Amino acid sequence: MKSDFTPPIGKISNIHGQCISLIGNDIDTDRIIPARFLKCVNFDSLGESVFEDDRKTLKGKHPFDLEENKNASILVVNSNFGCGSSREHAPQALMRWGIKAIIGESFADIFYSNCIAIGIPCFTLPKKSIEEIQNYCNNQSLLLEIDLKNSLAKSKDLNFNLEIKESSKKMFLSGEWDATAKLLEKSSLVERKYKELPYVKFI
Amino acid sequence: MSQDTLFDKVWDLHKVSSLPGGSDQIFIGLHLIHEVTSPQAFGALKDKKLKVKFPDRTVATVDHIVPTDNQSRPFKDNLAEQMIETLEKNCSEHNIRFFNIGSGNQGIVHVVAPELGLTQPGMTIACGDSHTSTHGAFGSIAFGIGTSQVRDVLATQTLAMNKLKVRQIWCDNKLSKGVYAKDLVLHIINKLGVKAGAGFAYEFAGPAIHELSMEERMTICNMSIEGGARCGYINPDAKTFSYIKNKLYAPKNEHWDRALRWWESLKSDENSIYDDVIKLDASKVEPTVTWGITPGQSISINQQIPLLDELSPNDKLVAEEAYEYMSFKPGQLIKDTPVDVCFIGSCTNGRISDLRVAAKVLKGKKVSKNVKAFAVPGSEKVATEAKEEGLDQIFKDSGFQWREPGCSMCLAMNSDKLIGNQVSASSSNRNFKGRQGSPSGRTLLMSPAMVAAAAINGKVSDVREFIN
Repeated sequence: MKSDFTPPIGKISNIHGQCISLIGNDIDTDRIIPARFLKCVNFDSLGESVFEDDRKTLKGKHPFDLEENKNASILVVNSNFGCGSSREHAPQALMRWGIKAIIGESFADIFYSNCIAIGIPCFTLPKKSIEEIQNYCNNQSLLLEIDLKNSLAKSKDLNFNLEIKESSKKMFLSGEWDATAKLLEKSSLVERKYKELPYVKFI
Repeated sequence: MSQDTLFDKVWDLHKVSSLPGGSDQIFIGLHLIHEVTSPQAFGALKDKKLKVKFPDRTVATVDHIVPTDNQSRPFKDNLAEQMIETLEKNCSEHNIRFFNIGSGNQGIVHVVAPELGLTQPGMTIACGDSHTSTHGAFGSIAFGIGTSQVRDVLATQTLAMNKLKVRQIWCDNKLSKGVYAKDLVLHIINKLGVKAGAGFAYEFAGPAIHELSMEERMTICNMSIEGGARCGYINPDAKTFSYIKNKLYAPKNEHWDRALRWWESLKSDENSIYDDVIKLDASKVEPTVTWGITPGQSISINQQIPLLDELSPNDKLVAEEAYEYMSFKPGQLIKDTPVDVCFIGSCTNGRISDLRVAAKVLKGKKVSKNVKAFAVPGSEKVATEAKEEGLDQIFKDSGFQWREPGCSMCLAMNSDKLIGNQVSASSSNRNFKGRQGSPSGRTLLMSPAMVAAAAINGKVSDVREFIN
């Protein structure tokens, strides 16, 4: 875990970093952060426990334990990453370990929303491209330069056109990915809606 | 793009504004909170100097961390005590209704809200818990959210969301004897896969769904998320309305009449358009058991664990991981697999009807001496009702431990955990690696009746042999 953690704020348009490859489909949020670490009232110390049980099982051979990955910040995963529990502790733990962006074949819906809400852009690529990156990472370190505006990932040897939801992309480029302020702007409409809803008056 | 489905109608009713980039600002009619995913959200409100916008639209209970053996305060586990104290403080500071232990209304949040009549058709419901999809059984649009979104709902009563597509899952005929809602939903997840629901809301429909009780419908919608759909729902009908009637927070008198008129109008139109439709025959479903590490890896009780060659290329990677973790051989029968622990409870199957079904199997029988079995009612109300019916005694007489309400060993945030590589027959919802508290623990998901049968025989069994 990096000791100098600061949460992202404002516009996110470029991410430059080393890739860390984690192979496997359907990696659930219980594996990313086991439930016993959810006994906390803040997220501060989650980084060190990310993938705790998987790492213990692999006795130092888990990608998050390898010396060559210690400065990595772009996680490369396969399909349905982050399925299961809605715990935001999962992306919070990844972010506190040092992850700044994730590229995968596909993401579970709630995990994806949580990542966007805390400033981790998630991109998708076809299975073939993900495997290409993961194979490359097996042999040498891969430094990627992600240009969010043009949805491009560039490196010395590999280039990819990334996919990202248009709404997420706009939020990151404008710096409005922290939704609260945006939602508060429509306060009067929200109050009108509250009064309009039939069931509010039922009780 | 779907049109005129219940999902479209409820979404449109709750839409506050369109946000840049194509997402919508959606009003959340009922916000449920608990001790695990709310403290950081309240912390963020404090940092941003914000108040709770509509405290009357948020309801709290405590469920994930509560011990099920000794609930006296302070809890033995300091961290658990700190979490419940934080929730108590936050609810009191922000004037939020809180159903604490001993109130008579505490329990698993997805058991409590329906049984109090808080969950109603046509609402949008959000909670920092993925099994919020449960409430869709009432024709509400309900989904799990993360802590930052909990903060947004507290501060604004709204969420920024992309509208989901709608897939109808039409279930023909009806379930046969000894086959339950849990078997049907495990079957659906197996057929469609654990990621098929990403980007979708699932509408469960057809004669087999219509036939189900409200509690069985909750089991179905509860596990939508295990198929990747964060929202699952069923069009409300007379069963829905009669379940709600006279509940504590149900509309009363003239409000009831108005509510009923509105609810009766709330359903997908006959010619509504879906993004996708899947049809299956519920009469073909058999008692179903998971053998792997995702809820999609299930087979019928008499089937063999699939061979690698029988699986699609996409499923092979996880299957290989599952054989190894579960110590199962491809081609092995699931029936007669020895079990160490039997758990009946959770937001999937911890309701009174689940306990009744299991008690019927257990009555006059004894739990195998090699098995540790325990039943955890989903709420204080469920526990009281079970005691009134003498179900607790049936469980205890058979050798089951009878516990206090909570989430318990579904996710093992309290002291109810598997040890080492124990095998558990569990009525819960997730068989993920390590889910039940031991990093090498193994979970076999099944219906509560099947858990009861496994407890008696000490091995995975066909409950139909007990009830015929």
